[in-house]
Amino acid sequence: MATNQTVDTNKGPSPFMKFLNSKKVVPYVFVSPFILSFLILTVYPAIRGIIMSFQSVLPGQVEFIGLQNYERVFNPTFYKALSNTTIYVVLTVILLTILPIIFAVILDSKLVKLKTLFRASLFMPTLASTIVAGMIFRLMFGETDTAAANQLLNWLGMEAVDWRFHAWSGMFLMVMLCVWRWLGVNILYFLAALQNVPDELYEAADIDGASIFQKFWYVTLPFLKPVTIFVVTISIINGFRMFEESFVFWEAGSPGNIGLTVVGYIYQQGIQQNDMGFGAAIGVILMLIIFVISFIQLILTGAFKRGDE
Amino acid sequence: MKSEQRKRTLTWVANIGMAIVCLIALFPVIMLLISSLRPSSELMRTGISLAFDWSILNVDNYNYIFTQAGSYWTWYTNSLIISAVTIVLSLFFSSMVGYALAVYDFKGKNLFFTFVVFILMVPFEILMLPLFQMMIKVQLVDSYLGVILPMVVAPIAVFFFRQYALGLPVQLMDAARIDGATEYGIFFKIMLPLMGPSLGAMAILQGLGSWNNFLWPLIVLRSNDMFTLPIGLATLLTPYGNNYDVLIAGSVMTIVPIIILFIFFQRYFVAGLTTGGVKG
Repeated sequence: MATNQTVDTNKGPSPFMKFLNSKKVVPYVFVSPFILSFLILTVYPAIRGIIMSFQSVLPGQVEFIGLQNYERVFNPTFYKALSNTTIYVVLTVILLTILPIIFAVILDSKLVKLKTLFRASLFMPTLASTIVAGMIFRLMFGETDTAAANQLLNWLGMEAVDWRFHAWSGMFLMVMLCVWRWLGVNILYFLAALQNVPDELYEAADIDGASIFQKFWYVTLPFLKPVTIFVVTISIINGFRMFEESFVFWEAGSPGNIGLTVVGYIYQQGIQQNDMGFGAAIGVILMLIIFVISFIQLILTGAFKRGDE
Repeated sequence: MKSEQRKRTLTWVANIGMAIVCLIALFPVIMLLISSLRPSSELMRTGISLAFDWSILNVDNYNYIFTQAGSYWTWYTNSLIISAVTIVLSLFFSSMVGYALAVYDFKGKNLFFTFVVFILMVPFEILMLPLFQMMIKVQLVDSYLGVILPMVVAPIAVFFFRQYALGLPVQLMDAARIDGATEYGIFFKIMLPLMGPSLGAMAILQGLGSWNNFLWPLIVLRSNDMFTLPIGLATLLTPYGNNYDVLIAGSVMTIVPIIILFIFFQRYFVAGLTTGGVKG
C-alpha cells in the first residue's frame, strides 16, 4: 500500500514539506479548516448575537440600548409563545419516550415476527420533510366534512372539527406531526439499548417466578435509564427549537397565536419585522434555556465525573 | 398447558398490535400517494379523504409536473446541488478533524474537544440573525453558498468520525510510515477508505438534513428561482389551492428518491439518523 509515496521521500523532501509532515504539525493541519469555518460561522455569530441583543439594530444605525430589548421581551405575546412551546415540549417528550419504549420492548421480544418490516415501516415517516408531512396532515385534518379526520369523527357520530382554528386541536396537530415523524428514530435508540440487557437476568427472573410486568419494571427499565435521559434531552431541545411544525400549518401567523413558538417569534420579530436586536434577545433566552437543559443532562449522565480522556 | 395458551394469545395480540401501529404510521404516506393520482380540483375541494372514486384516479398531475411545471424542476435542481455540496464539504472538514482527534496526540486536543461539545449546545436559532447579517454584508443572500456555508460546520459529524476512527488499525499507519508514506497520504489513501461506513452514515445525515432543511433557506433565499424544494412547496401551500397538482405530485417526488435510497442503504440511514447516540 502507498508504496508510490516512497518515491517522494527518496528524492529528499524540501524542509517545508518535512515540517508540514512532522507529527507535531499534521494534526493542526487536519483541524484547521474546521476551526476556521467554526470560528467564522459559529463562534463569531454567537458572540455577535449576544452583543446584538443589547443593541437597537436599524439599517445603517446601530446603538447600544442596554437591557431595553430584554425588558420588551417579557410581554404577553412572548409568554404565549413560551407557554405554547412548553406545552408542546411536555407532550412530545412524554409521547416520544413512553411509546418508543413500549414498541421497542415488543419488537425486541420473541413474540413478534417480521421485525425488520415493522421497524422499517415505523422508520419511514422520518424520511419525509416536515413540510411534506405537514402538508399531508393539513389536508387530512382539513376543515371540510370530507377530509379524512372529520370523516372518521362523523362515522363515530361526533361533530367535525375546525382543526387549525382551536388552541387544543392546533396543539394536537403539531404534536401528532412531530410524534409521527420521530417515533421510528426513538424506537431505534431504545432497541439498541435493549441489546445490552443480558439474557441471564431474564432467566434468573423467570426462575424467581417474576411476571412479564415485573421483568419489564425491574430488569429492563434500569438498563434503559441512560438512553432515556438522552432521548428526553434531545426531545426537549428539539421541542424548544420547533418552528416548521407550526409554520406548515399557519405560515406567518396563526389565529390568536395558537401556533406561535419561541423560534417563530424570533423569525417574526427578527426577520419579518426586521427588529434584529429584539430577535437576538429572544434567541439568547432560548440559548440559556437549552444550556440549562444540556447541563442537567450532563450531570445526570455523569459526564463531569469522567474527566479528561 | 395454560401458560402455553397465554403465550399464544400474547403473540397474536403483539403481532396484530404492531401491524396496526405500522399501518397507522404508513397511512399518511399511502394517502399521499393515492391523492397524487386524484384530480387536483377535487382534492382542493375535499382535502385528503378516506372515501374517493377509484375510477377517476389518473396520472395527470405527474404529466403536468413533467411537462409544464418549470419552477418545480428548478427547485429540485437547487436542492440537489445544495445537498451534494453540503455533503462533500461537511464530510471533508469533519472527517479530518474526527480522524486527527482519534489518532494523534497534540497540544490543546482536550480543550478543542471540550469546545466542540460546548458549541454543539449552541442552538442554530441564536446564530441565524447574525449569520443573516453576515450574508447580507458579503452579498451571499439568495445564493447557493449562502445556504451551504452555515451547514458546513457539523460538530455532530466530528463526534461520529472520532468515535469511528478510534477503532482504526493504528499499526497500518506505522507500516505505511516505514514505506515512506506522508501523514496526508496515510489519511487519504489508507484510513479514509477504511472509514467508508461512517462516511456513508454521515452522508445520509447531512444529505437528509440539507434536503429537508427549512428555516435557514427560508431566511436566506429570496427569489423563486433559488428556492429549494421545501421552500418552494411551502409557497404552494396557500388556502386557494390553485397549485395542488404540483404540490401533491411534487411532494411524492421529494420522498420517493429518499425511500429508494433508504431501501438500499438501510444500515447507513439507521446509523446516520441515530448518531446523537454515539456521543462521548
